[in-house]
Amino acid sequence: MKILLSGTASDSHTWNLVFLRLFLEEQGHEVVGLGPCVDAELLAAGCLGHRPDMVVLSSVNGHGYRDGLAAVRRLRAEPALAGLPVVLGGKLGIAGHRQETEVTALTEAGCDAVLGEDLDALRGFLAARARREVPA
Amino acid sequence: MTAHVPTFGGFVAASAAAGRLVVQPRMGFGDPDRMRAGLGRTKAATARTAGTLTVDSYTRVNDLAGALAAVREGTGLNGYPIATHSPDTTREVLDGLYGADFPVQVRHGSARPDAIIRALAAAGLDATEGGPVSYCLPYGRTPLRDSVAAWERACELLAEGARPGAVPHLESFGGCLLGQLCPPGLLVAMSVLECVFFARHGLRSVSLSYAQQTDAVQDEEALRALHRLAGEFLPAGVDHHVVLYTYMGVFPHTERGATRLLEASARLAIRSGAGRLIVKTAAEAHRIPTVEENVRALETAAAAAALAGPPEPLAADPDGEVYQEARTLVETVLGLHPDLSRALNEAFARGLLDVPFCLHPDNAGRSLGFIDPGGRLRWARTGAMPIRADPAAGAAPLTSSGLIAALWHVAGRYDLPGDDDAPGEDEGGGRRERPVVAPLTV
Repeated sequence: MKILLSGTASDSHTWNLVFLRLFLEEQGHEVVGLGPCVDAELLAAGCLGHRPDMVVLSSVNGHGYRDGLAAVRRLRAEPALAGLPVVLGGKLGIAGHRQETEVTALTEAGCDAVLGEDLDALRGFLAARARREVPA
Repeated sequence: MTAHVPTFGGFVAASAAAGRLVVQPRMGFGDPDRMRAGLGRTKAATARTAGTLTVDSYTRVNDLAGALAAVREGTGLNGYPIATHSPDTTREVLDGLYGADFPVQVRHGSARPDAIIRALAAAGLDATEGGPVSYCLPYGRTPLRDSVAAWERACELLAEGARPGAVPHLESFGGCLLGQLCPPGLLVAMSVLECVFFARHGLRSVSLSYAQQTDAVQDEEALRALHRLAGEFLPAGVDHHVVLYTYMGVFPHTERGATRLLEASARLAIRSGAGRLIVKTAAEAHRIPTVEENVRALETAAAAAALAGPPEPLAADPDGEVYQEARTLVETVLGLHPDLSRALNEAFARGLLDVPFCLHPDNAGRSLGFIDPGGRLRWARTGAMPIRADPAAGAAPLTSSGLIAALWHVAGRYDLPGDDDAPGEDEGGGRRERPVVAPLTV
């Protein structure tokens, strides 16, 4: 798969992005990295330009929920991107624990998966998507 | 506020003369009352403390509308939105706390800091941190050229906007860059270059930062190199001190490991003559720490520093690899052009400065650091930088598990049972792979 990997609008962290690029490439995927501090407009433009099979958003600065919600809403507002799988991983808030209401809101806005920090879950999600891509 | 104008550099110098290490948290809350409570507790801690206003991420990227919306929505912010709250609100946060015996520094991470500088000056503050490179390349997508221009203005604003009698202070974040896995020669060079930049743009009081890395002896060598190069390259009459950051990378997950790493950084600060230490808390690996956790970290570091005694004779080579690398890099950049702004832009354009693991488009991205078998941080590749790599180390390709092992190297060592500065062997437990999507929060 061609995966577009991106940080979120207010998040300047990059070790997560450096790591995820290596991880995704080792799983056999092609990775387009947009880097940190990617706002919703830039993300949408990146998706329209690069035509990825999936978007992986990673956030660790504690604003993952707010920024992730804006990002997913913007992608879903774009007809050409309405069906593009989007997965969000990392920290949603500053409290250090997962808020189910936030996960629900992200899912309702069109996020296909909200994975927290569990790499096995990401591996599983990618594998399931890859299987779906191959017709039986 | 007291009538006497506090000076940040003067406070650190007086503390050092009295044999006291200044300890400082990274602390910022969106809510003014909570911010005030945090400053109050910092001031009251059993330690010689400076206060911190850490600014939130929206303000840092100049999304002031986002910061305002978050405040109105009641969304928890990861810092104090200094350009959103009114100057009066910030003055109330500081009232009775900020003064000659309790300086306050604004910490942020903005490549375009005009709004932050204006807001802190309006509230009566004059100490902050940053730099044209260190607040640009590692963390965002602002073009380096724009950051350099913005920081020229920021320095001038800070220098000119101070109240009579004040001595504005600016700390270079250059000794941190991505926080970990950058060999010390480049960190030291960036701190020196940015402080020279600050001095050329009007600042008379600066601090040179360095973030604790993987090896205590190498770190001491780096800090001593920083002192020496500051003396060699900063104009006479510019007040300066060295500030150490407790390890900025993946932090130990056990309370014991985190405490031992913090204490090791306090001893390192004393051994190498740093005037100030920015602490980390045991909660750091999991979330943004509470006020109480910050106070505990300040007091733990202060106690470890007090017990460390006076600086010892040199364990590190004062004329060693770190000094030589840093001096070469500083001289190379200063030799590119008399205008340091042009020199910095050109240095990165030509890859003469090249930050490892940095994704910024203006960084060449050809350098790579690694942790050698002895635990020292060294160069696997140096790209076009005028320094040498370890030729044997560049051969192995970087893998995700190799990166995780390197990122977790220090945390793993300190989470294992063992002795203070030389904790357990690095094999076994220190190499565990952890399933994380977001491997660290620096």
